[in-house]
Amino acid sequence: MDRRESIKSILLGTVAGGLLLESCGEPAAEVTEKIWDYQYGRNAKEAAIDRALLQSSFFSEEERQLVDCLANLILPPNEAGNITEAGVVPFIEFMMVDYPPFQLPMRGGLMALNAKANRSFGKAFIASTEEEQKSLLDTMAYPLEGVEEQPQEVQFFSLLRNLVLTGYFTSAVGIKELDYRGNTPHVWDGVPQEVLDDMGLAYDPEWIAKCVDQEKRNETAVWDEDGNLLT
Amino acid sequence: MQIIENRTVYDVVIVGSGAGGGMATKILADEGLNVAVVEAGPFFDPADPAQQTQLKWPYESPRRGAGTKRVFGEYDMAYGGWEIEGEPYNRVDGTQFDWFRSRMLGGRTNHWGRISLRFGPRDFKGKDRDGLGENWPIGYDDIKPYYDKVDKLIGVFGSKENLPNEPDGFFLPPPKPRLHELLYIEGAKKSNVTVIPSRLSVLTKRINQERGVCFYCNQCSRSCSVYADFSSGSCLIFPAQKGKGQVDLYTNAMVKEVLTNEEGKATGVAYINKEDRREYALKGKVVVLAASACSSARILLNSKSAQHPNGLGNSSDLVGKYLHDSTGADRMAFVPALMNRKRYNEDGVGGMHVYSPWWLDNKTLDFPRGYHLEQWGGMGMPSYGTGFDPNGLNKFLGEKVGGYGNSLREDVKKFYGAVVGISGRGEAIARKDNYCEIDPTTVDEFGIPVLRFHYKWSDFEKKQAKHMHDTFEEILTNMGGILLGDKPGADRNYGLHNPGRIIHEVGTTRMGSDPKKSVVNEFEQLHDVDNVFVVDAGPFVSQADKNPTWTILALAWRSAEYIIQELKKQNI
Repeated sequence: MDRRESIKSILLGTVAGGLLLESCGEPAAEVTEKIWDYQYGRNAKEAAIDRALLQSSFFSEEERQLVDCLANLILPPNEAGNITEAGVVPFIEFMMVDYPPFQLPMRGGLMALNAKANRSFGKAFIASTEEEQKSLLDTMAYPLEGVEEQPQEVQFFSLLRNLVLTGYFTSAVGIKELDYRGNTPHVWDGVPQEVLDDMGLAYDPEWIAKCVDQEKRNETAVWDEDGNLLT
Repeated sequence: MQIIENRTVYDVVIVGSGAGGGMATKILADEGLNVAVVEAGPFFDPADPAQQTQLKWPYESPRRGAGTKRVFGEYDMAYGGWEIEGEPYNRVDGTQFDWFRSRMLGGRTNHWGRISLRFGPRDFKGKDRDGLGENWPIGYDDIKPYYDKVDKLIGVFGSKENLPNEPDGFFLPPPKPRLHELLYIEGAKKSNVTVIPSRLSVLTKRINQERGVCFYCNQCSRSCSVYADFSSGSCLIFPAQKGKGQVDLYTNAMVKEVLTNEEGKATGVAYINKEDRREYALKGKVVVLAASACSSARILLNSKSAQHPNGLGNSSDLVGKYLHDSTGADRMAFVPALMNRKRYNEDGVGGMHVYSPWWLDNKTLDFPRGYHLEQWGGMGMPSYGTGFDPNGLNKFLGEKVGGYGNSLREDVKKFYGAVVGISGRGEAIARKDNYCEIDPTTVDEFGIPVLRFHYKWSDFEKKQAKHMHDTFEEILTNMGGILLGDKPGADRNYGLHNPGRIIHEVGTTRMGSDPKKSVVNEFEQLHDVDNVFVVDAGPFVSQADKNPTWTILALAWRSAEYIIQELKKQNI
């Protein structure tokens, strides 16, 4: 990507986009709406903080590309979903400004990785072949056994892997892949029988007799004077 | 700067809108009284789409639910936390106390665990059993009618069990146990630990037309938009506003002190409006403090006058003393039998469906008082943190840890829902030397002197935590679990959380019949000033191994009835 293209990508990206477009005469609020259409129950104070965070960036374009490259090595695209669909890189960038202690290990870790690629292959990590890239990752992707303090590069990779995985599995495609079935109104009426059978478990009839009859959940509760439910 | 006075003279000015303030508002307003409710945070209605977080997906936020701004995760419904910018507090002598505050209408009731346990007959008379602490001036029979009324008004699910110290009530039926809870029931029974359906203030069945019925999203901590869980705003204050009396809400209003006249009687409160940062005065015939145990103590101690030079209600010098929180410890385990789970929606209610009340006799133990057990697990909604250390559990299977590539996807799916945990929550002994007091060196951003804390756990609490951990290990192992993490030893107080972390702090204005040994009487009325009441958890003589909310509500109802009676008799 040349410099002109990278400026274009910033324009379409997170933060600088808002500022630059704003200088072209569009109201800031509208621009922010366009870029980040989040409605997630912030109070006034929190909304102001998040607006400011959303309008600040952390990665240089080169860093952003490197993070994207690494994220795709950690979780290569497949039929279930990919890093881009899951919005992993913008999420990681947001976490850098939302949680500043991430900044130094991330920035330094990316720099050290590039230095290692340069020394090993005479080129930046991103310009190296996939084989070369993986040969470097193999030295940092596995925690050393029986060691209390993991080396910097292992810690760096672990941080990145955590953010990539959590970014993916908290996205719409990731949640679908994980096959989480909830977060929707329903009526809980016990563990499915086939699951109980698989586990060799059974409900105790005495216990179940105390539990809610979901057929009668909408009938208003009435008790006798001893607290026995009549409805 | 001039204080701006409101001309209205309210029958009652209530400070705080959580459980105690909400209940006082409901009972007093239903009687036709004119009530002002003064809340330090903004207005909040869980049904307001602009404030709602219920049913949001993690990807609807840029931080995917991370707890960087709200400590229990960004969708948790508490505007606050253990630290609030501009509202500091200090600790002395290297002791620890963490103070959780929620600044919003409804306070901490918007996000709490909804565990709604009655104190039992023994819980009011602990000293009779072991000589420690102090007995309450009231017993279970005094409060039982109010627990009954709270059950019916607000709704709580549970089951009749006829256990000696876990009184039954007017219960809605409990939900069926989930899979990890079935494993827990079996594991606990093997160790002769009692297990019964849990008791949570969640509507598994309709109680009226104003509130909805639980739709099992597991998100009570986000405050229910159909009012199917108990939050003070939706279940007490809004209904009170529709009743006979006048309820005026003052939000973003931080109460500084109780104002008094020459006779030393309260005339109202002074508060700072957080929006214009000016000081206002509200007049009332009666002042009810319900700001939370430590905030109410702070207000009393900051209310110094010629008639009350030591702070209001503090002739005993006990305001702020006997501060205590529940004990707490936790452990988790990996259950290999729960790997590669078949997927289905097991969200359930926002909390456990089963629990273990205290089941042992302390005569055979090296610590006084008991604890209950809560448990957790399941295929919950992914949030920030899901996928961290994606295959760390492989080490228990003899497989490779770490790496990269699409095998990580399979790891995350394999282990989803395979980790369970147990938490113990127990009773600490109230001690005079655990306290909060005014820190003469510091004010908050509103110019109000802040609190400083002095709190140390004793060996009683540490030994109790040690026992909790032994129990956790036994039950989790019975469940086929592989224990995660190390068992904390003496160097870490056996895993006992810092005081304040369980957010059950009580005792700072304790109740008693002797004005020299207590701050309020059995009706939560200051011994020193008859028109000031404290209806949060400050009056608790002891915090049983139960969660305090149901007792706050029952006591507040009882005290509100007393206020009505005393106003009618023109005694106050």
